[in-house]
Amino acid sequence: MNLAAREYVDKTVKQLIRITGLIVILILTGIFLMLLYNTFAFFRHIKPLDFITGTQWNPSGKIARYGILPLLVSTCLVTLGAMAIAIPLGIGTAAYISEYAGKRQKNILKPAIEMLAAIPSVAIGFLGIVFVGPFIAGATGLPNGLNALNGAILLSVMALPTIITVAEDALRGVPHTYKEASYGVGATKWETLLKVTIPAAAPGIIAAVMLGVGRAIGETMTVLMATGNAQAFPQGFLQSVRTITATIAIETGEVPYQTTHYFALFAIASVLFLITLLVNVIGEHFVNKFRKYHSA
Amino acid sequence: MVDEQIILSAQQVNLWFGSKQILKNIDISFAKNSVTALIGPSGCGKSTLLRSFNRMHDLSPDARVEGQFLLDKQNLYAKDMSVTQLRRRVGMVFQKANPFPKSIYENINYGLKINGVPKSERDAIIEGALKESYIWDEVKDELNKPATRLSGGQQQRLCIARTVALRPEVILMDEPCSALDPLSTLKIEELIIKLKKDYTIIIVTHNMQQAQRVADKTVFMYMGEIIESGNTHDIFNNPNKELTNNYVKGKFG
Repeated sequence: MNLAAREYVDKTVKQLIRITGLIVILILTGIFLMLLYNTFAFFRHIKPLDFITGTQWNPSGKIARYGILPLLVSTCLVTLGAMAIAIPLGIGTAAYISEYAGKRQKNILKPAIEMLAAIPSVAIGFLGIVFVGPFIAGATGLPNGLNALNGAILLSVMALPTIITVAEDALRGVPHTYKEASYGVGATKWETLLKVTIPAAAPGIIAAVMLGVGRAIGETMTVLMATGNAQAFPQGFLQSVRTITATIAIETGEVPYQTTHYFALFAIASVLFLITLLVNVIGEHFVNKFRKYHSA
Repeated sequence: MVDEQIILSAQQVNLWFGSKQILKNIDISFAKNSVTALIGPSGCGKSTLLRSFNRMHDLSPDARVEGQFLLDKQNLYAKDMSVTQLRRRVGMVFQKANPFPKSIYENINYGLKINGVPKSERDAIIEGALKESYIWDEVKDELNKPATRLSGGQQQRLCIARTVALRPEVILMDEPCSALDPLSTLKIEELIIKLKKDYTIIIVTHNMQQAQRVADKTVFMYMGEIIESGNTHDIFNNPNKELTNNYVKGKFG
């Protein structure tokens, strides 16, 4: 090829690559604008204050109610429960893999964790119905075990691979010299892990937790199957709950277009979007806070 | 050499990494309040020997140590010897300055805290250690600054302060100046000579001038063995062995 042709190819490729980048931005803005437009349409029908403070979600009642609180509390309940289980378990596993496990244990654990991530969410939801649910029911004496606790347990399993993998990367990335310095002043392995390695890996661990939270908040199928989906205001972990995601999944199929109910689903999707955004911003904040100790 | 008191010694030491023997028949002793330089070409085992004095090899699963190490007549590798206690008594300064990613204050406080020094005593000890390491004047107004913001030489002096804060009996230094500029190196060397008053220091160095400037005794190692050891002046000017002579004259290494 002559020089002119090669330069022509170079320029064309540059434009093509630019277009692929722009497409991503276009899709994101498109989704965002669609959410925003429909949310505003919803607020022409329902006052924002009623939406935010309403304690009832019942679009098909005699008097339709569009209070997001029960859904929001449900989502938070299930997510917090999942994190309460997954964070200690995930960081513990990550620490075991990076600091304690021998070569052979590592070779078993790491693929096992990757396989955990490969299980379809519907299969985990199924597990919730036939295994975790009856177990909770048996342990608590409730008629069934489809409740927030069930959802939390399942979501923790789903968030675990993300948390473990990212946290383990972070722990392994801590320079060996930090650990040596700690052992050098007489610290034990546990003291070194707790006070040197984990703090030094904190940005990565927080990122791991945030990714886990993101996974848990956005997960739909599992919670849809395992949490019972009662419309009542959630009272605790042993109550049936209905998350934002499950609500959207259940109701989108039946709702007539361009109705208040239709717009309402976009409004709650916007709220979900805002929460995820917030989670990311908080994560980013912590990452920056810890990063300053690492910059040489 | 009158009345010199031996604080640390190694007898008949052999060490392997996997099937590879790194140290062969090492016999060596260190007098209290002296500076000993370990010199020799790369891979001769001098760092390995240094790290066996505070059992850093415990961290490598394939390392195997044979022989006797005595710290004040106690066997370092004895079953009832606590490795954490040992490392407090035999401190270490590493090749690359490795302050924790914490504040200057916390860098020293950490070792005190885990070794159970009461909180009320720590501030004074931290100030003392920083003064002892000649870095106090440079950092006294910003003890809460991240230690990683200090210059390389300051970081290394902070690492020395972290070590001396625990009042060790022996300080091991693994090429502490290899990453520093000449001026910072000079400061560390002055510091080493001053610390000799209170501590016994073993320093691994590639820098022949450095060995001559700071060390009372010098040990020349080659291929995992000690070829010759003696007063620094003799080793550099009047060695007994041809190999030593060739190395200190820069003919190989």
